[in-house]
Amino acid sequence: MSDGPAEIVTSVSGTGVPVRGNDIDTDQVIPARFMKVVTFEGLGEFAFFDLRFDDDDNEKDHPFNEPQFQAANVLAVNNNFGCGSSREHAPQALMRWGIDAIVGESFAEIFAGNCLALGIPTVTVSPEEAQALQDFIDENPDAEIDVDVENETVTYGETVVEATADDAQRKALVEGVWDTTALMKANAETVREKAQSLPYVRDSEIPADD
Amino acid sequence: MSKGTLYDKVWDRHTVTTLPTGQTQLFVGLHLIHEVTSPQAFGMLEERDLDVAYPKLTHATVDHIVPTADQSRPYGDDAAETMMAELEENVRDSGIVFDDPNTGNQGIVHVIGPEQGITQPGMTIVCGDSHTSTHGAFGALAFGIGTSQIRDVLATGTIAMEKQKVRKIEVTGELGEGVTAKDIILTIIRKLGTDGGVGYVYEYAGEAIENLGMEGRMSICNMSIEGGARAGYVNPDETTYEWLEETDAFNDEPERFAELKEYWESIRSDDDAEYDDVVTIDGSEIEPVVTWGTTPGQGIGISEPIPEPESLPADKQETARGSMEHMRVEPGESMEGYPIDVAFLGSCTNARLPDLRAAAELVEGREVDPSVRAMVVPGSQRVKAAAEEEGLDEIFKEAGFDWRGAGCSMCLGMNEDQLEGDEACASSSNRNFVGRQGSKDGRTVLMSPIMVVAAAVTGEVTDVRDLEEVVTV
Repeated sequence: MSDGPAEIVTSVSGTGVPVRGNDIDTDQVIPARFMKVVTFEGLGEFAFFDLRFDDDDNEKDHPFNEPQFQAANVLAVNNNFGCGSSREHAPQALMRWGIDAIVGESFAEIFAGNCLALGIPTVTVSPEEAQALQDFIDENPDAEIDVDVENETVTYGETVVEATADDAQRKALVEGVWDTTALMKANAETVREKAQSLPYVRDSEIPADD
Repeated sequence: MSKGTLYDKVWDRHTVTTLPTGQTQLFVGLHLIHEVTSPQAFGMLEERDLDVAYPKLTHATVDHIVPTADQSRPYGDDAAETMMAELEENVRDSGIVFDDPNTGNQGIVHVIGPEQGITQPGMTIVCGDSHTSTHGAFGALAFGIGTSQIRDVLATGTIAMEKQKVRKIEVTGELGEGVTAKDIILTIIRKLGTDGGVGYVYEYAGEAIENLGMEGRMSICNMSIEGGARAGYVNPDETTYEWLEETDAFNDEPERFAELKEYWESIRSDDDAEYDDVVTIDGSEIEPVVTWGTTPGQGIGISEPIPEPESLPADKQETARGSMEHMRVEPGESMEGYPIDVAFLGSCTNARLPDLRAAAELVEGREVDPSVRAMVVPGSQRVKAAAEEEGLDEIFKEAGFDWRGAGCSMCLGMNEDQLEGDEACASSSNRNFVGRQGSKDGRTVLMSPIMVVAAAVTGEVTDVRDLEEVVTV
């Protein structure tokens, strides 16, 4: 997903998986020992690893272990999800496990930015609605959930709740401009002028024009 | 909306253009890279056949996985060796300066930037590490980024960002005996919450902040992210300039120093700057702080009781109950006397020379409790060398501390230095998350370096102020 032009993501539909709790940090999403790698491939199996397995690798109770959630692609969380380390390994692990969108009460900023860079919407709803969504998913693991980024709603069963996608995130996903490399590369000349205008940047640090 | 703050000024100076997303394309003045979060970004560049746009504004070191005991190559851990080799190849191919362990300049990325004078006021600084906020101590706008953003910065020298709000945090008064910068920031996070800073940049100001040296300011800015703020800064002043003047960057170039000082002065927040929020904290009321739980916001003064979960905000109660279960503590208890197995003095928060000096002063003539495994991990090779020059290493070793090579070490358990089983650790690092120090049952108690020493010699969490009284008899 990190290669080539960005895709338009107006909405994400699929079944859900609830992961409950506030302040779930990225060390829990992916423990540091699994970051001793030079690619992101294969990180999916390590998502929430220490919450899913005990010391002898026996499965513990965790939604990511439950058979009914194995095909889920909408993650439902609570407050301050993804706080802590800036590791992109966290959303990479979730994405590679199968997550395409996350709905929650609030997200840590770096985490949300990392998700956006992967084309994963992080939309927010009220605390009560986040819990209601989690309850619904527990009772209806096969039911479809629609995360509409463009219209900022989350729909499940008969329920439609208003959601918030950060303005830039919404625009980036809906217009398919979330992969910013090419977009910013096109402004190389203006960037060079900016570099030249800064007192602390030496001329020798600005590469020759190509 | 803020106006006339350092944040506004530095933001404006670095704005390239507005992107179709509404985000700002911001020029990056310094891009720091390390072995954990950069290899995938270089891989992405290769896939797209792109080169590093500004290699001379990019600076590399190795810190997360580097062993702190035996650093001979190849590293004992194959995965660590692979990561190191990958970084070596990437920096060589791209012409990026790399402070590897052979240079004597290697260290934690947030220690080496400031000590070499690479970190300067009025810069934009990014790194694939959330503690990049540290560099804000110099009046730089510095924040952590993810790997796809590293790709953006490598390929374009810029980053796409949205402007944030500015909260001024004024810490007034004089700090009491035994109270350090670490105690200030743990107090701020406790008061404003681990998510209180989301959407904000923190400007630290007030007498208690201005009186701190650069290292103390770095400890505070470092943990902005633990308070949810991606960046934090202190306006540059004479303390900042004195530090910079002595660094490699300006040693031989007094003219450049004078020229840049004008720029640095110009980006200070105006006296009549407008803030989105202002918070005032009385520094004279802060006492040594320790954490009782598993988020950095769960801190208390050493003489205070662990709170009843019901007394906390509704959204923090469940987390608090889980934290208490993990840490095996009860509401109403004090953290004083909490037995510890490990003492870790290190990390990008607290492993600079003054931290080690203050700790060594306290250690001298004492011994680490026999039940405690204690280690000192200097923040950089230079810090280590300077400490050895002063004989601090001997003091630590004599007392029973292990004296290690520079790196991130037990702060996050990516090298051999890890907690085992349910060990409890008195730690000068920044995160007490479950599993953070390498063992999912490990228990971390965050505190200042001198409090770590107090815990190391008594074998339990101890008020450093009491320790001093006992010894001066």
